[in-house]
Amino acid sequence: MPQRSLIRAGGVLLAASLALTACGSRDSGGGSNSGGTTTKTAKIGVIAPLSGDLSALGKGIQHSVELAVKQANDSNAIPGWKLEVYAVDDEGKAEVGKNAATKLAADDAVVGVVGNLNSSVSQQTQPVFAAAKITQISPANTNPTLTKGADAANPKRTYATYFRTCTTDAIQGPFAAQYLLANGMTKVATIHDKKAYGQGLVDAFTAEFKKGGGTVTSAQTINPDESNYQAVVSAISPTGPQAVYYGGEYPQAGPLSQQMKAAGLNVPLMGGDGIYDPKYVDLAGKTSEGDLSTSVGAPTDSTDAGKKFLADYDAAKYAEPAAAYGGYSYDAANAIINALKVSLKDAANAKAARDATTTEVGKVSFDGVTGKVSFDEYGDATSKVLTVYKVTGGKWVAAKTDTFK
Amino acid sequence: MDLFMQQLVNGVTLGSLYALIAVGYTVVYGIVQLINFAHGEVFMIGAFGALGTWSYLLGESTSIWVLPIMIIGAVAASTGTAVIMERFAYRPLRHAPRLAPLITAIGVSVFLQEAVRLFYPGAKSKLPFPQIDVVTGPAFKLGGVVIQRAALFTVIALVICALLLWLFVNRTKLGRGMLAVSQDPDTARLMGINVDRIIVVAFALGAILAGVAGVAQGLQNSNIDFRIGFLAGLKAFTAAVLGGIGNIEGAVVGGLVLGVVEALVTQYTQYLPFGLSAFGGSSWKDVWTFALLILVLVFRPQGLMGARVVDRA
Repeated sequence: MPQRSLIRAGGVLLAASLALTACGSRDSGGGSNSGGTTTKTAKIGVIAPLSGDLSALGKGIQHSVELAVKQANDSNAIPGWKLEVYAVDDEGKAEVGKNAATKLAADDAVVGVVGNLNSSVSQQTQPVFAAAKITQISPANTNPTLTKGADAANPKRTYATYFRTCTTDAIQGPFAAQYLLANGMTKVATIHDKKAYGQGLVDAFTAEFKKGGGTVTSAQTINPDESNYQAVVSAISPTGPQAVYYGGEYPQAGPLSQQMKAAGLNVPLMGGDGIYDPKYVDLAGKTSEGDLSTSVGAPTDSTDAGKKFLADYDAAKYAEPAAAYGGYSYDAANAIINALKVSLKDAANAKAARDATTTEVGKVSFDGVTGKVSFDEYGDATSKVLTVYKVTGGKWVAAKTDTFK
Repeated sequence: MDLFMQQLVNGVTLGSLYALIAVGYTVVYGIVQLINFAHGEVFMIGAFGALGTWSYLLGESTSIWVLPIMIIGAVAASTGTAVIMERFAYRPLRHAPRLAPLITAIGVSVFLQEAVRLFYPGAKSKLPFPQIDVVTGPAFKLGGVVIQRAALFTVIALVICALLLWLFVNRTKLGRGMLAVSQDPDTARLMGINVDRIIVVAFALGAILAGVAGVAQGLQNSNIDFRIGFLAGLKAFTAAVLGGIGNIEGAVVGGLVLGVVEALVTQYTQYLPFGLSAFGGSSWKDVWTFALLILVLVFRPQGLMGARVVDRA
């Protein structure tokens, strides 16, 4: 008996909640339509980690988009329309990200989205936005498969709605190889942590390095759960490398650099954007001077447009700094806004403009704060600017910014 | 040859660290037949004790005179933790079935890890460990072999600690009491030995060595985090079993053997024939090391030096 009554109660609850959600969606649909008698509203979504370890980067993305939208509204960039920012938190986690994306997609006023920060999260949100035909532009995803699919030899665009303003890992490794060769280093040892990011970087690096006439003296791996790498350092030392290329992130790279130098292997360690972090220098200590890393794009404060962006950002007095991906997020938001200028012009409501927005984003071409903003047939940024950073005086300092060829 | 010697040096260094921790497992097991799985965390807290002493009491100075104070800070933190742990987590379970304190030990281990992660400032990610003058810095070169300063510190620490421990166990009244309790606690109690005190002393001895190991690990690796106790504890426990659990000399030998095997395996499995080299190098070293361990235990279940545990059937 108690079981049956429980089922009945459950049924009632279920019916009630269904009725409630139905009401909810009808309400929000009506709201966005009736809101536009004279000026209609369209929303640009932000999906990024707004809480947790990565929130410093996520908040920078959010505020940069807010800045772009505010400037567009102030200059009345799209006559008859008012833009709003709708920010949701993905916590840097794939599952949370998927739910947050669904929330954005359910809002009829959303026409474009900036995010996510993590490649692993974008993997989950891409299909959600694609199904809702919402344009998604990531300011920070560096995993090549997001645009070109899993098979690198036969690239095939995965989602027509996905774009990114930053460059990818597939050119970070080769860019590092060219830098080392250009600086007369032809003998390099490689180490990676056997994770997808690290191994991918080292593979791409090795191919380019050998093509350019360099020799890999020793190829090693480490276990990222450990913190003592002496055995590996001893294995590569006698092969006489002029530098060590490491594929992985700073929590391992820092101690590795320190232990290399303590063991008498006084050559620079070089890595990708995974080690481009102030914490790397903390962990690697004083002996990290001269260590190298690559990161996507030019330093934001190195161009006039970038300086203006940072000044505007400061003037707007956001609680958190623009951080590493601020410039990319600002450019991503402006790419959407530029597309909206065309797609919203004759649209009855925001939802009807979604398809046209995707088409228009594919065609944008303007000078952004990180360089020329435009996308190729896969949705990747056409500008392939990278920067080599060098530890100088205990800080990462830009050593060379160049376009990858 | 240089390469072999180099990996031997690396192995002895790593092994000394394992040995310092392994002694704690073996001493406690010898007295109360408890595998104190939280001992790895005692080691981790020792490392954080040293770092805390350095950051908050010593004003982040890097001159050599801060080292003894850091070691005292480490030992105080680890010993305090071990003694409190014994009093509140293990003593109430002294006469409970064998499995109860074992599970408690796992619980204490998780508790200590989380406590450090949540309450030590910045401990959610790796923290840089101070590099002290004289004991860190440019390595010594002996022929083609590089000997790091922190490695020397670890080995010397092991030698001193092992000597003092041997003197303590064999030459003092308290030490003799430990031997007596490990042989037969009931008779020892009848002979007027305070068994509870002996047990506390056993925990404290292990913790002192673990504290020193914490400093050594920090100096060697230049960083610590709240997880270091798990892997180090596992390896040290393995070393204790390999040497013969309950046997202090065995723990030292077991630690050194384990460390050397690990280092040599990293170097030489790269040259395995028949395409097996794909299973070589650093990331496979634990697989090979533990395969060797299983082999040793199949043929010598009592460990290399023989277990010293009285069968109390």
